[in-house]
Amino acid sequence: MGNKQTVFTHEQLEEYQDNPFRQRIARVFSDDGDGHMTLDNFLDMFSVMSEMAPRDLKAYYAFKIYDFNDDGYICVWDLGQTVTKLTRGELSAEEVSLVCEKVLDEADGDHDGRLSLEDFQNVILRAPDFLSTFHIRI
Amino acid sequence: MAFVLNVPEISEDHDREPSPYDENEVHDSFHQLIQEQSQWAELQLRELGAGAPGTSDRGRQAPLGPEDAAAPSTATLRILASMPSRTIGRSRGAIISQYYNRTVQLRRRVTRPQLGGAGRSARPSLRLYDLELDPAALEEEEKRSLLVKELQGLTVAQRDHMLRRMPLGLAEKRCLRSVPLGPRCLHTHSLGPAGWGQLGGRCEGPLAAGGCPEGDGGDWVHPPSNCDVVSAPREESRTLTGKHRGGRGQRGLFPCCGQLRDTCVLVLHSLGLGLLAGLHRLMPWHYALKRIGGQFGSSVLSYFLFLKTLLAFNALLLLPVLAFVVGVQAAFPPPASLGSVPAFTGLELLTGGGRFTHSVLYYGYYSNSTLNQPCAPPDGGQCGPESPSLPYNMPLAYLLTVGVAFFVTCVTLVYSMSRSFGESYRVGSASGVHAVTVFCTWDHKVTQKRASRLQHDHIRTHLKELLAEWQLRQGPRSACGRLRQVAALGLVWLLCLATTLGCTVAVYAFSELMIKSPVSADQEGALLALPAVVCLLNLGAPYLYRCLATLEHHDSPVLEVYVAVCRNLILKMVILGVLCYHWLGRRVGALRDQCWENFVGQELYRLTVLDFIFVLLDTLFGELVWRLISERKLKRREKPEFDIAGNVLELIYGQTLTWLGVLFAPLLPAIQIIKLLLVFYVKKASLMANCQAPRRPWLASHMSTVFISLLCFPSFLGAAVFLCYAVWQVKPSSTCGPFRTLDTMYEAGKVWVRRLEKAGPSVSWLPWVHRYLVENTFPVYLVSALLLAVIYLNIQVVKGQRKVICLLREQISNEGEDKVFLINKLHSVYERKERSRVGRTQEAERLGDHPGAC
Repeated sequence: MGNKQTVFTHEQLEEYQDNPFRQRIARVFSDDGDGHMTLDNFLDMFSVMSEMAPRDLKAYYAFKIYDFNDDGYICVWDLGQTVTKLTRGELSAEEVSLVCEKVLDEADGDHDGRLSLEDFQNVILRAPDFLSTFHIRI
Repeated sequence: MAFVLNVPEISEDHDREPSPYDENEVHDSFHQLIQEQSQWAELQLRELGAGAPGTSDRGRQAPLGPEDAAAPSTATLRILASMPSRTIGRSRGAIISQYYNRTVQLRRRVTRPQLGGAGRSARPSLRLYDLELDPAALEEEEKRSLLVKELQGLTVAQRDHMLRRMPLGLAEKRCLRSVPLGPRCLHTHSLGPAGWGQLGGRCEGPLAAGGCPEGDGGDWVHPPSNCDVVSAPREESRTLTGKHRGGRGQRGLFPCCGQLRDTCVLVLHSLGLGLLAGLHRLMPWHYALKRIGGQFGSSVLSYFLFLKTLLAFNALLLLPVLAFVVGVQAAFPPPASLGSVPAFTGLELLTGGGRFTHSVLYYGYYSNSTLNQPCAPPDGGQCGPESPSLPYNMPLAYLLTVGVAFFVTCVTLVYSMSRSFGESYRVGSASGVHAVTVFCTWDHKVTQKRASRLQHDHIRTHLKELLAEWQLRQGPRSACGRLRQVAALGLVWLLCLATTLGCTVAVYAFSELMIKSPVSADQEGALLALPAVVCLLNLGAPYLYRCLATLEHHDSPVLEVYVAVCRNLILKMVILGVLCYHWLGRRVGALRDQCWENFVGQELYRLTVLDFIFVLLDTLFGELVWRLISERKLKRREKPEFDIAGNVLELIYGQTLTWLGVLFAPLLPAIQIIKLLLVFYVKKASLMANCQAPRRPWLASHMSTVFISLLCFPSFLGAAVFLCYAVWQVKPSSTCGPFRTLDTMYEAGKVWVRRLEKAGPSVSWLPWVHRYLVENTFPVYLVSALLLAVIYLNIQVVKGQRKVICLLREQISNEGEDKVFLINKLHSVYERKERSRVGRTQEAERLGDHPGAC
């Protein structure tokens, strides 16, 4: 995982669990949607988050990760959850809603109040960094 | 123009047109909504029916209460559900993602039998599911076969590409990848509960007798191995399914062959995996880079990746020079020079002179004749049997090798720059900075707690800055404030340029001083003075720039970084320019009778070595001592930031020195490689111990594009110009080197072409090419005109694409507005219908209750 040792202490394991989206990632890639991954799911996850995965595949899974209520769209509530998790709750509610509003302004192409997969992919196209940030090195 | 929407009344029981809702292919969100609405509508109708006639008015109002003005009716929802964008036939991506969902659902419903629990003695039929009884599986099989048919129609590369983009599981993709079968094989294949496992598996029954096309025979051997090894725990159930399905006789006939084949395949597979793992471990610094990325993020990692790229470029430059110039000359050393060889003192490592002067390291060592010349017997007799037969024209080899190495480096640089540009800049990408910050800034590579907390802080700060900026922009901007900002900017730039000018003048004056007072042989240490001054200025001036930059205020922090990079770059390039003039303009004249190329080579060697020493000192004082001071004296917990831009410019500067010096010191790339290796380890150690990640947001991929283009444009271009001038215009010294008898270095090529002309008509095309294409100016003009035309065309294409993107965006938002309009219209129409229907129902009930009334 990053060290050459085979037995990890509790503190070391804690250090690896700082991704704010870790539960969502586990849920998205698990078979039964409750976070328990089989070996194939595990391989799926690392295959999608590797260097060689194409942009659209990564965008598809990133969309599923950010879609907290699993309804196929990223609505305002999903955005609020994302922003809160990203900032560890240190932004005020008003700032969070302002950010969500601006995100929808920028990204919502058909003005239906939520982001579909196409809108999300458009956002990703504008950010070439996405390929390097949505990436876990093994 | 008003129009009447003539929509037929749709009851809940029957639909005139088949809606996708009936086929259970409606999008999930609509499915739920439709169910809720139908339940609610039923409830309302029941309430209305149970209500007293006196309350008919209220009853009529109930379904039209304010709360359901927004909620669309069930019929509207059904119509919306049949919209093409919601149904399965929309796009391939939609098909596959819907299909994937269904696969997951199917897998959830069908639980795999517990092999351990059932026991091996249990009959196969107990452990088996017969898919033919399961209706849902048939649909899925159709879909799968459709998908497979589609895949078969593609070429291997296209299939690979499409499979990579599919959001399907790894096991399924593996089996899809191994499908080479023709359509006949598909139909008799059974799909067991293990899912795809069978598709690439054995051909059973009549097909095994040669029915399967062996067109791509190699592929046919492959599939069983993939699916075998992958689905090892499923193997038993699959083989049992196979037995059950038929072709049991086939398997029974050759059990041992099958087993042998399986073992061979397994062994090969594990060998392949071991080889891959070994290759992975061979990749240099893989673990180190992973640790750096995990602790400091992508932006600091980009510096180390750039270092790795530079190593590759140096290796590319060194290999041809080593093979064709240094190696050959080392094999045929020139006759020993007059005078004694000086003893080795430690100073040579720094100055490059002394013992190293007459060695392969410098230009002067190389001979100007043809090596390995066939012997010319003096009396017309025979040469000895060991006489060599492969002459090697050293001057030509020297010139051509350096030229070709530079050309290959140029092509590689331009290619990697264009690829980097293609990845990081997109046509028509407007600013969407909030969306990008929310969705694309979290770096999943970072694993350390401290570093990820830094990320959280950085994202929060960035979002707050963006909001503040937006609010500021809402407010009016005072002209006075803007004027003050511009004045501060202008002042700082003026001061920085003045500093640069001062440094340049200092270097020029010092170099003139060095010419006027020549250094004798035993005072070689004094030669280190000029390089030391240059390195000191290169080290000190950027700190001054950083202090001056605190006076000015930029709108965006990324602009600050670009401005700092720009200033440092101008300083370094101007100083190098002055040095080049000093060497080619003044030194050539001053050292007319001596070997000036050797001197220039030695100067570049000294510059390289001293640059390395100063980098070490800078790391020591800039990072280690600063951290100790800030921790002990100032009692701050923060460590100094890793200055990415400054370090990258150092690397580019060192690489420029190498490119400038390769003509005069052919082994300089080897020294640069050793220097880069040491710098990597030193910087990594210092980073881990002393630094923290930069607090400012860094666009890592934009930055790597900027680095590569900086490497190409001022750095490589300048070195190429210097090289061209030295080859074409400067007279080589007459006492040393491979070009001693010629007027310019380029003449070596001309001499060779003339020799070819005299040699005979069989190679006459080469002199012709040389005379009419290389020496003539017309082809050069033609090629430049063509290049300009291509560039102009590309610019126009990009402009056109931008326009098209704007138009399409407008169209998308127009479609959205149209959709909202149509939904509202539909809703109002259905409301009216509902109202009239409810009214008619109530009338009918009233008439039914009081039949006498009229």
